[in-house]
Formats: sequence, structure tokens, C-alpha cells
Amino acid sequence: MPVDQSLVGRVFPPTRPYVVSEEKIRTFVESTGGGYAGGPAPATFPIVLAFEAMNAFLEAESIDLFRIVHGEQKFAYERPVLPGDVLTATLTVATLRQIAGNDIIGTTSEITDGSGALVCSTSATLVHRGADG
Amino acid sequence: MSLDTQVFTITRADLVRYAEASGDHNPIHQDESVAVGVGLPGVIAHGMYTMALAARAVSAWFPDAEVVSFGCKFTNPVVVPADGGVDIEVAGEVKSAEDGLTTVALTVTCDGVKVLGMPRAVLREAALRG
Repeated sequence: MPVDQSLVGRVFPPTRPYVVSEEKIRTFVESTGGGYAGGPAPATFPIVLAFEAMNAFLEAESIDLFRIVHGEQKFAYERPVLPGDVLTATLTVATLRQIAGNDIIGTTSEITDGSGALVCSTSATLVHRGADG
Repeated sequence: MSLDTQVFTITRADLVRYAEASGDHNPIHQDESVAVGVGLPGVIAHGMYTMALAARAVSAWFPDAEVVSFGCKFTNPVVVPADGGVDIEVAGEVKSAEDGLTTVALTVTCDGVKVLGMPRAVLREAALRG
């Protein structure tokens, strides 16, 4: 089933507040083989928020995660993510195209802190592989 | 200016740990039969895992810099074997440095094949911040 074209422009509800801690950053850094001695989170850490927002979007639209392959990811940072930040992500479906039986879904997620200030905006292209693909 | 190429190894166990840490439990990163079932060549690394390795290289090259932007396409899958691991090479070159911003173009390969498209980071040097 192709993804519904009327999704373009839809803004999904913000994810529940996520409290960044040194422990969460350390777990993330160590899972990619690095070490962490405190301080700002690494550049790709905001994907944790963006991924939660994407999951909620996929569940709401009954899209199977196992049919999704990541096409592109971009981050633009207003400031680094720090321990103690309370972050939420708000996802918008920006674009939707069908190519060769696959849906190419463009999303943007704005990650804001407890005061509502933008910390990072990130865009992702998701390739939804059709059942016959 | 060329930067020292960094080499990292990815194993299936790394992908399990990354799934827990990131929340991305897509089974194409864990389960051979699911991956093959959707047309992939085998279990593949999370694109964001490879991107995280690219970010590690950038922070090794510029330990005190703040990342302003970072992006890439995921052009080829990184197939991770059940036994042993697969090596990822991250090379980098400074493309420009002006107005306190340094642009680094990366080349990220696995077995000589580029796996990220146009990976690029823009950095603000710590000494020039504020």
C-alpha cells in the first residue's frame, strides 16, 4: 500500500519530554565504540529524539519499520545538546514521492528544549520499500 | 588539507548495543531473514551508526570544535557479517575555512565502496566561538 499523499504537511504531536543525562550520552557514545568524559553529546545524538518522533509517525500511519531504509539525514544545530536538557521533537511530513514501487518520505523534526528554544533541526529521507519491491 | 584517515570496525554485537542506545530496533539491523526478505544483501548497519563513526572522526580531528551542521546520504548498505566485523574508513579534507567556520568533506568507504553520499560537516572552532 502506498503511503497516503494527504500526509504531506501534516505535523505530528511533540514527543514526550526526554531528559538528557550523562548516562544516556555515555551509553550512546560507547555503543559506537567511543569514550565519554562528560560535556556535550556527539553530533548524531539528536537522532534519539528524531527516531522516537519517526516511530510515532510510522505507528500512527501503520507503516512497518522493517520496510524502512534510511536515505538521507541532515542536522543543523543551534547549540550542542547538553546533559540536563529536556528535549522534545516535533515531526512534519515535508515531501512524499513514489519511485519504482517505493515511497520516498521526507520528514523534518524540530528539537526544542524545555524553554521552547530550538536546539537542532533535522531532516530525514525515509525509503519505504513496497511489499513487491 | 587532508586529515588522518580513521578506521573503525562494526560487528553485529555493536548493532545490538546501538539499537538499545538509539531506540532504533529495526530488525534489518539484527535479523538476516528479515533483511533478505526486504531485498537487502544481509544484515546492514544502521545508517546512523556509520554516520556516528563519521562524527567520531570529525571530533578526533577537531576535538574542541562545535558542529554547526552535519549531513549525508546513505548510498550503499554496510553489510555486517555474523562472524567478525567489517571495517569502515573515514577520510576527510578541509574544503574551506572562513568566518570562523570550517567545512570538512568526508569520504566514508567500506571495502573501497563509498557508503555515504556527500558527507559534510561544518564546524565552529572553539577559539572563535561567541
